[in-house]
Amino acid sequence: MPSPETLAQLGVIGFTFFMLLNSAAVLVYMERKVAAFVQQRYGPYLVGPRGLLQPLADIIKLMFKEELRPKAADPLLFYAAPILSAIAAFAAFSVVPFGADTDFFGLLDRKIPLAPADVNVGLLVIFAVTSMGVYGIVLAGWSSNSKYSLLGGLRSSAQMISYEISYGLSFATVIMLAGSLSLGDIVDQQAGTWFGFLPKWYLFLQPVGFLIFLIAGVAETNRAPFDFPEAEQELVAGYHTEYSSMSFALFFLAEYVNMVTVSAVATDLFLGGWHGPWLPEYLGWIWFLAKVGFLLFFYIWMRWTLPRYRYDQLMEFGWKWLLPIAVINLLVTAFAVAWWGF
Amino acid sequence: MDAMLFWVLATIAVTASLLVIAQRNPMYSVLLLIVSFAALSGLYVLLQAPFVAVIQIIIYAGAIMVLFLFVVMLLNIPTEEPTLERRWATGAGPRRFGAVLSAVLAAELYWAISSIQKTDLPAGVPETTVKDIGVRLFSEYSFAFELTSVLILVAMVGSIIIARKEPPRDHA
Repeated sequence: MPSPETLAQLGVIGFTFFMLLNSAAVLVYMERKVAAFVQQRYGPYLVGPRGLLQPLADIIKLMFKEELRPKAADPLLFYAAPILSAIAAFAAFSVVPFGADTDFFGLLDRKIPLAPADVNVGLLVIFAVTSMGVYGIVLAGWSSNSKYSLLGGLRSSAQMISYEISYGLSFATVIMLAGSLSLGDIVDQQAGTWFGFLPKWYLFLQPVGFLIFLIAGVAETNRAPFDFPEAEQELVAGYHTEYSSMSFALFFLAEYVNMVTVSAVATDLFLGGWHGPWLPEYLGWIWFLAKVGFLLFFYIWMRWTLPRYRYDQLMEFGWKWLLPIAVINLLVTAFAVAWWGF
Repeated sequence: MDAMLFWVLATIAVTASLLVIAQRNPMYSVLLLIVSFAALSGLYVLLQAPFVAVIQIIIYAGAIMVLFLFVVMLLNIPTEEPTLERRWATGAGPRRFGAVLSAVLAAELYWAISSIQKTDLPAGVPETTVKDIGVRLFSEYSFAFELTSVLILVAMVGSIIIARKEPPRDHA
């Protein structure tokens, strides 16, 4: 019989998985409503009250669609690609804590982390898993045996490699400030306030790092204005042109889960995680949800406001602007940490 | 438990590596190599070295293999065709040379494995933190570290020069 702590941890894992699945449905609704608001439309309003059941209707529709596969496609990789995408998306969340360590009001003998796992190289694990996410997209592009898919896959791999470096460097600044790779430790370093009112978030120590993280995060999740892998006007639908039914749904799911993960990591790294005023520690997850929700809204807002860049602009921006700024920011942070010793 | 995991991961790593060279389709070779790297990274975790395990994934599976995949996709070779260049490599002379080389390798491997002394490892493996690795890398091994970075830089410059197209000359 496993110990109550193990069982509770398994419960946390199951709960996280369930919530991530649901977050995709919620985000579909949110995206459509925000898009409608930006474009002065109503958005979905027929299915359920205020159109709230629209995602459910979407899912049912997707399930009953026929699963199509081009004759010339590589059968094994064609079906494996969306699964890989979804696995990488969910696995990246596995080290993200969403609340303070808890013993569930004395039910357990010792405290367990409110995260699927709290490992001491957490940030690197996130980085490693997100870098595996590119395989799903690349393989989908290649195995479909269609020129639009292939172009989408190629673009996506080039884009993700280019922006991964800046992404990693913005991680590194926070690691230097916190002196730890564990997300739980990093969040706990941001507890409390300066001068009694300014929360000790790394956002205020690292505004440049936060900006780089946000921009590179959009590029990593292939969202507008960096959604080149699926640029509709030029590539039909990019890497998932040939996909239908649940295979397509898995790509969709992966994209939204990746968005949640990037927002949750940004919250933990720069926005103080579950720390906030007024609420007691055991309700900290409300702060966490509020911050993640705001970032997600920001992502959607950006998608429907900004037009897509040109591909050469994307590359030029990534290599000639974002990367040098990230390197300089890292050097300045390193000097500051060595000088004052945070 | 650990021993069982070791055998499972080791079997996956060896099988995947063997399949890499048995594949005709370069795409599958690349993917099997990633599987092999992932299994190796699992072995590092069993050795209480999570940092090395994650770095293995980030650098090899995440960065280098994506580049491999990129090249394979750009060239888009569905299957490896036996080409003319292969013929000289399968002649009698090269075959004998290869046989001698593999015999030497087998002897070396035998010597290396048999010279391992079985020592009792301390029960508690010392915890290696990222900080320890970093401090060692930049103090004790800084020369080797810098030398490697120069080597990589040279390789990069070299590949750019080889791959560069000659600029069109002005016919004045």
